[in-house]
Amino acid sequence: MRFERYNSGVRFTAAAVQIAPFKGDIEANARQIGAAAARCSKEGADLVVFPETSLSGYFLEAGTADVALSASEAMNKVAAQIGKPERDLDVIFGFYERADGAIYNSSLHASFSAGGANLVAVHRKFFLPTYGVFDEERFVARGRQIEAYDTRFGRMSMLICEEIWHSAAPMIAALKGAETIAAISASPARNFAEGTFANLDRTRRLLRAISEEHGVWCINAMLVGFEGGKGFSGGSVVVDPSGRIVAEGPALEEHILMAEIDLGEIERVRSQSPMLADLRSVLEDVTREICEANDQS
Amino acid sequence: MISPEARVDRLPTIRSARLPGDELLDIDCELAVRFLTAFLKFECTRRRNVLKAVVGVSGGVDSAVVATLCSKAFGPENVFAFRMPYKWSSEDSLTDAKLVINQLGIHDRVIEITSMVDGYVQANEPDASPNRIGNLCARCRTTILFDQSAKLGALPIGTGNKTERMFGYFTWHADDAPPINPLGDLYKTQVWKLAEHLGVPEKVRSKIPTADLVKGQSDEGDFGIRYAKADQILSRMLAGFSEDAILRMGFTSEEIAIVRHRVASTHWKRHLPTVALLSSTAINEFYLRPVDY
Repeated sequence: MRFERYNSGVRFTAAAVQIAPFKGDIEANARQIGAAAARCSKEGADLVVFPETSLSGYFLEAGTADVALSASEAMNKVAAQIGKPERDLDVIFGFYERADGAIYNSSLHASFSAGGANLVAVHRKFFLPTYGVFDEERFVARGRQIEAYDTRFGRMSMLICEEIWHSAAPMIAALKGAETIAAISASPARNFAEGTFANLDRTRRLLRAISEEHGVWCINAMLVGFEGGKGFSGGSVVVDPSGRIVAEGPALEEHILMAEIDLGEIERVRSQSPMLADLRSVLEDVTREICEANDQS
Repeated sequence: MISPEARVDRLPTIRSARLPGDELLDIDCELAVRFLTAFLKFECTRRRNVLKAVVGVSGGVDSAVVATLCSKAFGPENVFAFRMPYKWSSEDSLTDAKLVINQLGIHDRVIEITSMVDGYVQANEPDASPNRIGNLCARCRTTILFDQSAKLGALPIGTGNKTERMFGYFTWHADDAPPINPLGDLYKTQVWKLAEHLGVPEKVRSKIPTADLVKGQSDEGDFGIRYAKADQILSRMLAGFSEDAILRMGFTSEEIAIVRHRVASTHWKRHLPTVALLSSTAINEFYLRPVDY
C-alpha cells in the first residue's frame, strides 16, 4: 500500500530560486545554478529548485537544438560547479533535453554528496503550450508520463509550467503518491490589471488549489528576466498541504525563497480534508468516465 | 408564512456593471512602470551592455512617457532627448517637449531638420505632397536618432503605441525602427493613464494627439474616430470578440468598420520586408532564432 505511506517524520529545508538565465549560454547558467545551489545549501537548504529552462533560457525557437543536452550531461555541467559538497544537496532545474532522437523541455532532479552526483529523476513536459507567444510543440517533443519518484525527502513529482494549469497532471502526480510537487515555470507576464499579472495570479491560485485538493506541498520556482520583450513574471511560492502560501517571492526580481517543509503536515491536512482518499475510492469510476469521454471526443 | 413566490419577488438582483471586455484596457500603472523600467534596464544594460538612451521628444504624450521611463531606468544624466523641428512643426511641439525635458532634467538638444529635408525636396522634388514630406521628416528624424546613438554609445528607444501600430499610423522603417520599444503593447488610452501616473505635465497629457507632420493635422481627425472609442473596439477585436458581439455592446457599425479597415489594411507595416523564399533555410521562415539569441 505504497500510497498510504506518509513520511511524517521527514522535515527538510527547500529553496526556490527565481533567476534570469543567460540566453543560450549553458556554461554561464551552470555556473549560476551551481553558485546559487551552493549558497542555498550554506544557508541550510536540502533541496534547491530552479525554474523551467534555467540552464538555457526559454524562447530559443530552433536554437533549442543548439543547447539541448542529455540529462547526465546537464547534471554533470552543474555537478562540475557544485563539486563534492560537505552536506548532501538535491537540485532540480529545467533544461532542454536531448534523448531518443528528440528534444524535450525537461526538468531533472539530481542528488549531490561527497560521493558524487546521482541522477534521481527526469520529467519531460507533458502539456506543451503551442498558442499565442508559445510554440513549444514545434520545437520539442511531448513527454508521455507524469511520474512520482522516491527521494530522501519522501515521494516527489516534477511538473513544468502549463502542467500546473491542467487539473489532470497534479491529480496523476498525487495519485501516484507525490507528497511534494516541484512546479517549475517560465511564464511571461501579461495583462497587468488589479495589482498583479493575470498569468501569475492564475498560477498561484492553481498551486494553492493543487495543494488544497490533494494535500501536497508545492515548491514553485518561476523564471525572471526578459527575453525579446517578454518579461518572465517571477513571484515563486511555496504552498503547504492546506493551500497556504508559506513563502512568496516578489514579481520580476531575482530572489531566493526558503521554506521549512514538514511532511507530517500532509497526514494532518488529509485527515481533515480527505479529498485524495475520496478520489482514490472512486478512481475506477473516474477512469471509466474519462475513457468514455475520450471515446466520445 | 411568506409564500415561495413572494420570497422570490424579494430577491435582490445584481447586474454586471461593465460591458464584456471593458477590463481589457485596465492597467495597474505602478506595476506597468515597474515592469517597463525593468524591461529597459534588462534589454539595454544586461543584454546589450548599453547604459544610455536616446529619445526623440516630440511634445506629445508617448515620447514624454518614454523619456520618463528611460529617466527612471538609466538616470536622467544618461538620457539624451532630441527635438527635431521642421519648418512646418508647431511651436507648441517644441515648447511642450522642453517642458518634459526640463521636468526630467535630461539632456536636451535641438536639431533642425528643415535644411536636411528641403535639401532633397527643393533640389529634386519641389512638388512633393505634404504626406511625402511628412514621411521624409519621420525618416530624417530616425536617421538622426540612430546617428546620435552611435555617437553617444546609446540606444534609440521607440515611442510607438499599440493603437498606432495596429492602425498602421506611422512611417514604416522610421517611427518603428528603434530596436527597443517600451510602449508598443500599450493602447493609447493606457499610455494616457501611465502619463498621469508618471506626472507628465498636464499640458502634454491634455493636448490633441497629432503626428505634426502636416499643419492642423490630428490623429483622431485622420482616423475619423476618437482614441477612447477606437481602443475599446480594437482591444475587443484582438481578444476575439466577433463584430456582432461588439455591435451589441453599443458601438456602431461605422466605428467598427473604421477600426477593422485600419487594422486589416496595414498588416504589412508590422512586418519586416517580404523576402522571396528560394530555399529551405530562408531567414525567419525556416531558419528560426529569436532576436536575443
